[in-house]
Amino acid sequence: MGRYILRRFLLMFPTMLGVAAIIFLLLRVIPGDVVQIKFMSGEGQGVSAEAMAAERAKLGLDKPVWKQFLIWLWGVMRLDLGMSMWTGAPITEEIKLRFALSLQLALMATIVATVLAIPLGILSALKQDTWVDYAVRVFSIAGLAIPSFWLGILMILGFLIFFKWLPPMVYTPFWVNPWQNLAQLIWPALAVGYRYSAVATRMTRSSMLEVLREDYIRTARAKGLWLKLILVRHALKNAMLPVVAVIGLEFAFLLGGLVVTEQVFNLNGLGLLFVQAIARRDYTLTQALVLLVASAFIFMNFLMDVMYAWLDPRIRYR
Amino acid sequence: MAITPPLDIADVVAVAPRSRWIQGALAFCRRRPVGALGAMVVVIMILVALTAPVIAPYDPLAVDFGAMLSPPSAAHWLGTDSFGRDVLSRLIYGSRTALIVGFGAAFVGATAGAILGVGSAYFRGWIDLVLQRFMDIFISFPLIILALAIVAILGNSLPNLIAAITIPMIPRCALVIRSSSLSIRELPYVDAARAAGFGHSRIIMRHMLPNVMAPYLIMLTSFLGQAILLEASLSFLGLGVQEPTAAWGLMLRGAAVEFAEQAPWMGLFPGLAISLAVFAFNLFGDSLRDALDPKLRTL
Repeated sequence: MGRYILRRFLLMFPTMLGVAAIIFLLLRVIPGDVVQIKFMSGEGQGVSAEAMAAERAKLGLDKPVWKQFLIWLWGVMRLDLGMSMWTGAPITEEIKLRFALSLQLALMATIVATVLAIPLGILSALKQDTWVDYAVRVFSIAGLAIPSFWLGILMILGFLIFFKWLPPMVYTPFWVNPWQNLAQLIWPALAVGYRYSAVATRMTRSSMLEVLREDYIRTARAKGLWLKLILVRHALKNAMLPVVAVIGLEFAFLLGGLVVTEQVFNLNGLGLLFVQAIARRDYTLTQALVLLVASAFIFMNFLMDVMYAWLDPRIRYR
Repeated sequence: MAITPPLDIADVVAVAPRSRWIQGALAFCRRRPVGALGAMVVVIMILVALTAPVIAPYDPLAVDFGAMLSPPSAAHWLGTDSFGRDVLSRLIYGSRTALIVGFGAAFVGATAGAILGVGSAYFRGWIDLVLQRFMDIFISFPLIILALAIVAILGNSLPNLIAAITIPMIPRCALVIRSSSLSIRELPYVDAARAAGFGHSRIIMRHMLPNVMAPYLIMLTSFLGQAILLEASLSFLGLGVQEPTAAWGLMLRGAAVEFAEQAPWMGLFPGLAISLAVFAFNLFGDSLRDALDPKLRTL
């Protein structure tokens, strides 16, 4: 077990390094750089070539690409993400507030999804091929089909037309005014949570169906055990593993993947920051964001693997 | 509780070879009416896209400032947008964009993924290891972020948009296909083919690929819906299809939100079209998965 975890743990690093290298190269392939975009817009027009070269030198963009990469990597290893190339502020400062928002939203969406998905999925599996099952399946397939950003637009439309009311559009941190904060974030959480719950409901249902067909469930029923006890003690325990895995991985994606929904609800989260950073060719900021989100995903994957190995010894010895 | 016996690939293959596809399709419709309903909606969508110039009441690009933001009426069934363009006609033409991107991205993504997956399983050893690491790396990028970066590099034309949506799909498909082909590789006929002196590419293409058709088709159908959703998201962000081309995601952008109160139809119908299309693809894909391989889980 220890060796398996160690091997799995060490495998995370080449993947992270690969992510870092690929985003680093991708960014440098995008036409234009931060200096060009900064000076081409607004007050900086007509700046001399020397001034631009000086700015590039200041940002370290004049060095060969491999050297830039090594410098950045060395910084990352010392947990120093550097400065934003656009604002000049430390990246940790740029990310901090937005990360809090994205994290809170992801957590709220996860709660919405879990509360909806697990009971619905179990119900659907127990009542397989009845109208309850069909209703749940249609509800969950619809959840996969309806774009969350459109659901968000519909919510805002509905509030405007029927209640002449809009959710607060300015972000208030939770610790400043929890009520205001929740009144704003509950709607995007619901819009995103619906899709998320659809994924989890489907997983719960199929995993429950699989477990319910196992021999040990039949044995338990043959022994005359109470149905509820069988469900909780025998079936759920085994069926929840893939569900937890899916919820965990989706959570990691939510952290950085809410680019579109954030736009609809006018939220200044990591997704919006990412779009801005790419548009401004802010290499350091984009790299930091991608590495952050990808690492969250890679780490979740690692946790899931460890959990699987812990619960299912067959995996360890493969 | 009625138990429908699972329709497996054997049922489809067992019938006479000449009409095997038609028989298979008929059996599918009989046993899985819900999936058939999804397929029907897809077929209708394809017909609408093909006959767009005939059935669209207006030119989707025709600007009519006299009829700006007019509500649904006999002249404009689904109303007009902020340029006075007919929403219904734009929806009809938008189905072309959605289907081209959907089918293009799903087909290329699933096929490239299948070849990589089978190749990875066939060669094993260091090729497998290297490919697997690459897949891990690409899967760790959130889908939309990878697509965003690729659009930024290639610029946003329709083929580039398809490429941006395809690339994140390849590793997802490769992983699934690889795990299905690992067992196929151990079957005697692969050894026999190698003993007969066939080349690697022939064994992969002729002997192994046809045997992962079931997971391939399942991935393909599940990608169709995802590709349409992703295209809508990118177009909504302004990074996909550009104005004045008719695309559903683009129709939800800007004015649809700005004039939400006066002209809710602008934000309502394109979203409905996206949802209906993806819903139909998913219904069909789900039933196809149940029919071909009940054990495989795709999300």
